[in-house]
Amino acid sequence: MSLQSLDITRRSATTTASPGQRQTTEVAKLIDVTKCIGCKACQVACMEWNDTRDDIGENHGVYDNPADLTANSWTVMRYAEVETDRGLEWLIRKDGCMHCAEPGCLKACPAPGAIVQYRNGIVDFQEGNCIGCGYCITGCPFNIPRLSKKDSKVYKCTLCSDRVAVGLEPACVKTCPTGAIVFGSKEDMIRHAEERIVDLKQRGYAKAGLYDPQGVGGTHVMYVLHHADRPEMYCGLPKDPAIGPLVGVWKGAAKPVASLALGMIAVGAFAHYVANGPNEVDEENEKEHKE
Amino acid sequence: MKPDPDKLLRFTTAERINHWLVALFFFLLAGSGLVFFHPFYYPFNQLFGGGTWTRILHPFFGVAILFFFTGMFFRFRKSSVLTPTDWEWLRHAKELARGDHRNLPEAGKLNGGQKLMFWSLVCCMVLLVLSGIVIWRAYFSFLFPVTVVRLAAVIHAAAGVVMIALIMGHIYLAIWTKESIGAMLHGWVRRAWAKQHHPAWFREMTGRDE
Repeated sequence: MSLQSLDITRRSATTTASPGQRQTTEVAKLIDVTKCIGCKACQVACMEWNDTRDDIGENHGVYDNPADLTANSWTVMRYAEVETDRGLEWLIRKDGCMHCAEPGCLKACPAPGAIVQYRNGIVDFQEGNCIGCGYCITGCPFNIPRLSKKDSKVYKCTLCSDRVAVGLEPACVKTCPTGAIVFGSKEDMIRHAEERIVDLKQRGYAKAGLYDPQGVGGTHVMYVLHHADRPEMYCGLPKDPAIGPLVGVWKGAAKPVASLALGMIAVGAFAHYVANGPNEVDEENEKEHKE
Repeated sequence: MKPDPDKLLRFTTAERINHWLVALFFFLLAGSGLVFFHPFYYPFNQLFGGGTWTRILHPFFGVAILFFFTGMFFRFRKSSVLTPTDWEWLRHAKELARGDHRNLPEAGKLNGGQKLMFWSLVCCMVLLVLSGIVIWRAYFSFLFPVTVVRLAAVIHAAAGVVMIALIMGHIYLAIWTKESIGAMLHGWVRRAWAKQHHPAWFREMTGRDE
């Protein structure tokens, strides 16, 4: 984190340029769901490295545990049983922050520097600057950030920015026993994914493909999917995620324009007074009521 | 202030206190709300004890203004009903702005502009309260789908700007129309003032038709 302070592309609620003199390689985590066995070692490694511990949950009758992302569980495995033309398929997806190139959370955040995007592509929350408004939750196209009940700050996957800063791979990557999660430069990860997709197509997955949604400028967590034409099958992975028009209007040009309009009202009112003078009681009327 | 035969009581003590409580919470809300509106206003958070305190306090200020504004609504709802004369008054408002009130129809206790201001503020308040509940993350946002929260965020920001614009106009008109601030501060206005600005109300109060 501190080591990356000079490699920032964007900071939330900041209208001037961020310190970005140094150039760092764009990184990416590639999750090959076709290789995933759903062992949840990545969930454990995430909690180990980040020193978070979730409450002991309940059995919901499915493998998903915990049932959803929380302020302590920054990644969860989601299990979907789906019927396709290949029969019943068990689609397992490691869910967590996608580290968008155009992050909706960062765009929505009103607290300066509470969300930063490093030059290497990692989107990181700086909880010390977080005010707990939850606007990032409103802005996120993937429903990722979680508000902590303990401290009213928002938490999510950091892509192990602290490890990456010193040349290590994220904890989930380190621990994955099947090599389903790999980490490297975004360029290398795309190349690796292409090889995997060729292999999958040869094995009958005609629609295999890479999930790197361009609606958010691409992501720094990508998936290899056997059914890339239907990402929704993987527990609701959005087909074409984008920041969306409402957040665009909310956080776009409308507010500076509105501020200007308010300023114009003040200037206009002053000008009106200077030009026309006050609205006073007429002299005629005054005389009438003198006696 | 003691009753003065040369003066007329324009607003009762309860009305005046209610008005200034609404005004107080309006300023607290506008100041704290702008913090989240645009980074340009973020430094205002220092007036409220920092960003997190501003986030905590703003919705509770909202609860307070809802309470007091409801009081104002019931106090001024009947006197704010727009009549055909008020619409006629509004058509001549431009002439009045230039200082020409020759063709202005006689205004009652409140003129057409004041009544329109009242109903515009009521509309803004309704929108702000409803959207404010939806984006109150600590207690309510989790009850709504994210698209509804996004829509509410847009409505809240837009209605907030309109509200601030309306109040800026309200304050300017009070400064422009001399002696009207006194009517809301201590309640009394001179007879000549009443005759000038609210002739129909003047006649109603004095029974005189001069």
